[in-house]
Amino acid sequence: MTRWSLRGGLRSARGFAAGAGFVAGLALLLLVLGYDPVRAAAALINGAFGSWYAFGSGTLVRATPLIMTGLAVAIAFRGGVFNVGAEGQFLVGATAATAVALYGPGGNSAATILLCFLAGAALGAFWAAIAAILRTRFHVLEVISTIMLNFAATYLVSYLVRGPMQEPTHVYPQTASIPHTAELARLPGETRLHLGFLVALVSAGIAWWSMRSTAAGFRLRVTGSNADAASSAGRIDVRRVVFSAFAISGALAGLAGAIEIQGVTFALYENISPGYGYTAIAVALLAKLDAALVIPAGILFGALEAGAAAMQRDAGVPSVVVSVVEASLILALLASRGIRQRFRDNV
Amino acid sequence: MTTLFAAFLASAIRTATPLGLAALGELVVERAGIINISLEGVILCGAFGALLGSTYGGVVGGFLGAIVLGIAMAGLFAWFVVRLRADQIITGTALTILAMGVTGTLYRALYGAAGAALSIPTAGPLAVPGLSLVPVLGPGVFDQPAVTYAFYASIFLLWWWMYRTLAGLGLRAVGESPAAARAAGIRVAGVRTWSLLFGGAMGGLAGGTLVLAQAGTFAEGMSAGRGFIAIAIVVLGRWHPAGVAIAALVFGAASAVQYLLQAAGLGLPYQLFLALPYVLTLLALAGVAGRTRAPAALAKVDEP
Repeated sequence: MTRWSLRGGLRSARGFAAGAGFVAGLALLLLVLGYDPVRAAAALINGAFGSWYAFGSGTLVRATPLIMTGLAVAIAFRGGVFNVGAEGQFLVGATAATAVALYGPGGNSAATILLCFLAGAALGAFWAAIAAILRTRFHVLEVISTIMLNFAATYLVSYLVRGPMQEPTHVYPQTASIPHTAELARLPGETRLHLGFLVALVSAGIAWWSMRSTAAGFRLRVTGSNADAASSAGRIDVRRVVFSAFAISGALAGLAGAIEIQGVTFALYENISPGYGYTAIAVALLAKLDAALVIPAGILFGALEAGAAAMQRDAGVPSVVVSVVEASLILALLASRGIRQRFRDNV
Repeated sequence: MTTLFAAFLASAIRTATPLGLAALGELVVERAGIINISLEGVILCGAFGALLGSTYGGVVGGFLGAIVLGIAMAGLFAWFVVRLRADQIITGTALTILAMGVTGTLYRALYGAAGAALSIPTAGPLAVPGLSLVPVLGPGVFDQPAVTYAFYASIFLLWWWMYRTLAGLGLRAVGESPAAARAAGIRVAGVRTWSLLFGGAMGGLAGGTLVLAQAGTFAEGMSAGRGFIAIAIVVLGRWHPAGVAIAALVFGAASAVQYLLQAAGLGLPYQLFLALPYVLTLLALAGVAGRTRAPAALAKVDEP
């Protein structure tokens, strides 16, 4: 919570100064590299907010996976679990949903969609559970294990879309399109925005409420802030809490993958995620690990991603520059002490 | 058979060199009680520094550029972690993302979006007179690029420095108990900063090795998780220079087996081989991590 104290004011001033300095630095960098910063900024803003269509089809469509994976990261971090594997969990979730849509029992649309969601969430949770077991049983740092699992997931998708799951003509490295019954409905308003956005909003609401008002949410927060105290004074089964934090986090990231397949791409291919799982870390930290704030943070980063694509198209600025923006944002927050120190005392 | 083994050994050592260099640097950092997750970003910056440096100053300029950019990245990490006492894991993650963005942007801006097939001067193998003629081991071990010899040398130098000098004792003290070290008159922040800068130089050198002694070109994200594997190697090597060197060689050997299997044409999907180092890291960590002890102050914020 921000309080209007002198210290708080100084801290936000430091953060603001860091942010302003960073924007100036970025503009200077673009200038030195021979780009037009004004044109780049105009293209970025126009691409993200220029029209109702751009906002819905660009910003909000990209915000959907970012909100979901952002929630995944926020919940894990709250529990002292440094899950940086949302990317891999997203990919296996997308894979599971595609497999169920293509080879599953079929049937009516609602049932198919639900089954795909379940499959995506389940495989995402399973992928995270590997890291959970490695940490709780073998004391393996999850930062390392989840990154390794990200690479494994990437190659798994690469293999599947060129091997057993490749489309029937065997020309393109992707799967066949999923049947229409598995596709998510578009939301009214003539944009590409789909039902998944509502799923993301509802998920954020549920996460916010359970973190705040349920015993499980309390156990998660206590374990995250001090695992030793949680187990000795609170008689909390820390291992179990850590395990559930991993599983829920993985399930949300996996569901994000399923939604991306069913709402946006309609087929699985290698570069289905432009690094949503990594951007999710910035989203969660910007939201101060508060599930409700993940929504605006996700929309902000969705706008950045959509704007960056427009910037590359219209001003020729490489879109990877967004990673610089994301990283600098986290660093500015760290410098201004906006991020609660010490997420984990239980390495 | 001997030539096949020599080729296998040469390939194992070639792969082990960048991993080992980065891991030895990270070893010093972790012995000072810091975990630098952004080693991945350091290696990537090193690789980019090698590209920049080599376009102006050949191979030597390339390695210099690699080391300078590696140190710069590590210096940024040190500023956040040692000066501002920011969370090490979050800082490291942010800096890795920053490295991806900065090198990607600069690479596309300076060398074109398509990434024209750049030809960079590379460091060829340098046979050690006499030793390279030793049967079986010679050609694999002593017919390598110069940077590999630097790797061999740094194993011994580091061991000597860590266990036979007062400064090395100070380093280990800082990693076990910063408070006790401070009471004994050791400047904890100074030791940690210098360790990080050393780790940055080694990580940068590792990135330079990838570009100048292996690939002969730069590609976006070419560090490909090596920084994280190097951190795992430090754990597998039980925070000791010799252990780290052996763990790096085991990894190199595993990769060499991967090439052999791929060449043997068993009809297995190539993605399986590509995923192998990462899966292997997981399995190896599961086997070792619980049975060894990290420096006591590792990853903890030092509050004097």
